[in-house]
Amino acid sequence: MLDLVWLIPALPLAGFLLILLTGRRLGDPRAGYLATTMCAGAFVVTAGVFLKLMSLPAEERHHVRRLFSWMPVGSLHIDLSFLADPLSITMCLFVTGIGTLIHLYAVGYMHGDARYSKFFLYLNLFALSMLLLVLGENLVVTFLGWEGVGACSYFLISFWHERESAATAGKKAFVTNRVGDWGFIVAMFFAFQATGTLSYRGLAEAAPHLAPATAAAIAGFAFVGACGKSAQLPLYLWLPDAMEGPTPVSALIHAATMVTAGVFLMTRMSPVLHAAAHFGLFGGHVSVSTVVAVVGAVTALFAATVAVAQNDIKKVLAYSTVSQLGYMFLAVGSGAYVAAIFHMVTHAFFKALLFLGAGSVIHGMHHEQDMRKMGALRLLMPVTAGTFIVGWLAIAGVPPFAGFWSKDEILLFAWDKSPVLYVIGLVTALLTAYYMTRQVIMVFFGEARWHDAHAEHGAHGDAHRPHESPWIMVGPLVALAGLSIVGGFIQLPFSASVKRLEHWLAPVVEGSEHRLRGNVDDLKYVFMAIAVVVAVAGIVAAYLVYAKRRVEPVEPAILANGWYYDQAVSDFMGGPGREAFEGVAWADANVLDGAVRGSGAVVRAGAGELRKVQTGNMRTYAAAVGAGVVALLAWFVLRGVL
Amino acid sequence: MEHATVGFPILTMLVAVPAIGALLTAVVGRKRPEFVKLTALLSSVLTGALSIWLMAAFHAHDGGFQFVSKHPWIRTWGISWHLGVDGISLFLVVLTGVLFPLVIAGTDPHHDHRAYLAWLLLLEAGVMGSFIALDLFLFFAFFEIVLVPMYFLIAGWGYEQRVYAATKFFLFTMVGSAFMLVGIITTAVLGKAGPNGSVSFDLVDLANHASFAATTGRWLFFAFAVAFAVKIPLFPLHTWLPDAHTQAPTGGSVILAGVLLKMGTYGLLRFGVYLFPEAARWSRPLFLTLAVIGILWGAIAATMQSDLKRLVAYSSVAHLGFIVLGIFAITSQSATGAVMQNINHGISTGALFVLVGMIYERRHTRQISELRGIQSVAPVFAGVFTVVMLSSIGLPGLNGFVGEYLVLIGSFLTARWWVVVATAGVILAALYLLWAYQRVFHGPVDDANRGFAELRWREAAVLAPFVAIVVFTGIYPKPMLDRIEPSVKQFIAHVHDATGYVEPQPAGEGAP
Repeated sequence: MLDLVWLIPALPLAGFLLILLTGRRLGDPRAGYLATTMCAGAFVVTAGVFLKLMSLPAEERHHVRRLFSWMPVGSLHIDLSFLADPLSITMCLFVTGIGTLIHLYAVGYMHGDARYSKFFLYLNLFALSMLLLVLGENLVVTFLGWEGVGACSYFLISFWHERESAATAGKKAFVTNRVGDWGFIVAMFFAFQATGTLSYRGLAEAAPHLAPATAAAIAGFAFVGACGKSAQLPLYLWLPDAMEGPTPVSALIHAATMVTAGVFLMTRMSPVLHAAAHFGLFGGHVSVSTVVAVVGAVTALFAATVAVAQNDIKKVLAYSTVSQLGYMFLAVGSGAYVAAIFHMVTHAFFKALLFLGAGSVIHGMHHEQDMRKMGALRLLMPVTAGTFIVGWLAIAGVPPFAGFWSKDEILLFAWDKSPVLYVIGLVTALLTAYYMTRQVIMVFFGEARWHDAHAEHGAHGDAHRPHESPWIMVGPLVALAGLSIVGGFIQLPFSASVKRLEHWLAPVVEGSEHRLRGNVDDLKYVFMAIAVVVAVAGIVAAYLVYAKRRVEPVEPAILANGWYYDQAVSDFMGGPGREAFEGVAWADANVLDGAVRGSGAVVRAGAGELRKVQTGNMRTYAAAVGAGVVALLAWFVLRGVL
Repeated sequence: MEHATVGFPILTMLVAVPAIGALLTAVVGRKRPEFVKLTALLSSVLTGALSIWLMAAFHAHDGGFQFVSKHPWIRTWGISWHLGVDGISLFLVVLTGVLFPLVIAGTDPHHDHRAYLAWLLLLEAGVMGSFIALDLFLFFAFFEIVLVPMYFLIAGWGYEQRVYAATKFFLFTMVGSAFMLVGIITTAVLGKAGPNGSVSFDLVDLANHASFAATTGRWLFFAFAVAFAVKIPLFPLHTWLPDAHTQAPTGGSVILAGVLLKMGTYGLLRFGVYLFPEAARWSRPLFLTLAVIGILWGAIAATMQSDLKRLVAYSSVAHLGFIVLGIFAITSQSATGAVMQNINHGISTGALFVLVGMIYERRHTRQISELRGIQSVAPVFAGVFTVVMLSSIGLPGLNGFVGEYLVLIGSFLTARWWVVVATAGVILAALYLLWAYQRVFHGPVDDANRGFAELRWREAAVLAPFVAIVVFTGIYPKPMLDRIEPSVKQFIAHVHDATGYVEPQPAGEGAP
């Protein structure tokens, strides 16, 4: 069974090729069902591999399936090979599982789109790339998937490419990600030079012997890559814009799977990160892990403050995703790799649910995304509203929903790392509960504000009344809602025996995982209580502001505009950045080529002058020859004399 | 290690067939114009078939020259008709063999087919000769022959400023060649590598038997390097390229980018570094720096171009910078990557020029600002463009990645900080190509572009081989690497023998 691991990416590949060849003939909805089947098949194979791994003793849960030698040159051996171990299979399970649900949802959501089959072509290509990313046995195969998901993200964000905003957003995502890729590539080079290998097993074995500075270079550059893919400061810019893509894309790529790749990479590299602990920047006080934790915490807080003031239903969720990814990096930086993966999984459940719910609302509202024009939709879209509320409770951190458990575990480790990080995490949790409650109230409760919006189109009458989505879209919502309720039970904090995920991932991260100080572990129920109080406080505050209208909403422009960071970067790129580029182009045309043309002109002018010497006058020539002879003679004579 | 001369003189045929084809085209075309294209196509297809046969018969894992053919030519000066192919030149020969039939089949000169095709075939003979000549004099002859047809192709079938561009190309290269001619003669005369210390122009003899004082070697190396740097072109000697590329007809641009520039990088490796390893190592910092500047400079200049062809031309400056980086880093991976990148750039950029040519045929403009929304009216055309573009960007899984990655990872071992800067080129490559793509293919289509025709079958047939190579090489480069690497190893061993240079290995390698 383990040898069949290659089949996991092969099925979406088959789907991609089939749709490439026959997509237009298959059409709507058969192309969609084909793609869904392939993704579901990958899930079934993954489940088989998972069960097989479970049945093995923990230390044998590491199986490499080598397909062929990809780039072998000298001491460099890069194989196209897959690794089935607890981490990769955990990733595969939720990538294919949630992926299948989103494929199914998209069958309904994309119905009637002019480029229906192309959408599923990209979706299967994405699934293939994502699976290569997580299954890769070495950094280069991961990079293959890494760039593949980047390209698919580009295709899918600019899927409605007639819209300038969509085209620009796609390009922005690709280019920003490439900045991160630069870091990933350089990290690979450092790793290869220091260890002679790029395979994860080899790196893990070599890591303890690395010089701390080298380990720090590898981990640090890899983190640059992770920041790009997982939308952390300062490279998060592309993710809010990526909402230009169709909503299933936002759910699949920009919430549940692709954006977690950075967290996955750092977890894979945990032995190196661990080895880098003894190298400090800024006078030896700040390790790479601390940088990771701080960037994560600051990003989490930053994005949460921005989410508070967004009015676009998807933008709220986009900033929320950035913020939740920040939590995961806070966990990685605190040495809590299990907690990071735990939150990645629960977040995949509830964030996919929320995005698909938002998509269902957008679908029902006939492509309206502004929450100010919604309200009271629970009456017309009961299933969407019910499942969305589950997702809301999960992300807000209300027990026993999934998000509570994973966020709580991260905060525990954050406290152990530094109380400051813990407080930032806690404030973020408060804001998360607040902005999500705000969203739920604006969309599903209060008075219906869509009457006004659509009264203008009165002629269409009831055709524009919001409606519940078809079963094919609602079904996945129900399934994800179920997962968002029970998802937290894979890792419960009460005793060692219910920490299932920790046991499962132990073979991968055991050596690098931070151990909580005893007194922190004893206080876990106190922390849990604080987390519940904070979540409830956030919910109540938002309720008072948006439902009861007791307090005026605080939505300053600076938050609505994301602290003007995006604006500043755009201004720089469009201003001094562009001028510098134009300067280079100008210098190329005028200085370098100018020198060339100048020397051409000099030669021509010189030749023109020389031409005047050829007078055709015999006496001038004779005089010149005579002068030459005299000069030569004089030279020889003088040389002989001296 | 040289193989015995093979019975069938395939390398001589690779030069002779296109040369005879050129002659036939010129002669036949005068009497029977309807056979012109057929004659030319058959000659180039035959050459292509020979090159593929050569690839099939080539012994992988053998780093020496194969299919060697050596006949004395001018005995007194030690000049001989010496041809041979190894892993460094093999795929350049195949690329030449494959590109020419595609260009002949796929591009339309619009007037005077006979002369156009005859010049193309003569060009092919010259290029082939340059890649397989193992005698400095012979190499120089082929290297110079190439200039003449290329000049006439640009000047005769090019665009608005074709004469200016053609002259610039010719003069630039001639200046470089003048240095090389002096260098070649001096090398042969001072080298005295022939039997009993006589003069020899033979590359193998010179590499093995000639030794120069350090200063002399450096002067000679620079004489060669200038000629090749112009041809590559290496920053800051690149300004002829955008003009030549933009003004050349599509076929000319494809050949120029695909194989002509490679005569520079190939020559640098084969004649420059190989003959003067000490000088090459001594001048390493200079060339690494110029290469890295070229990578960034070319990419930044490309971003700001308003003409699609000029944009692709500047991207060549950037891509060729990677090759020079790989050559001067002198490690197995970097040099193997450089040889790969030679081929990959030829395929990707060649295909890009074909595509831009098709856009020009339809819209009679290359200005990015006049194109818009083409993806909505010609999705298949846009799809092919996307694949080629991503290959040029260096997306893994496509061919461009393999060469670039090997160059960078190999160079990192000997030139770390140059590589860290050069790698930023991957960001810029995405920037200039995607931005151009967005302006040309995305957005709502306007009236001027609404009639943009979808890819035709004939065009698809020309592009299909490009796309197939792009994907195959990206996924399974091993057959190529297996043939390139042994020769690169031998090359590095030669540098070691001459200078005591030891290729650095990553730690862990060879550890007990």
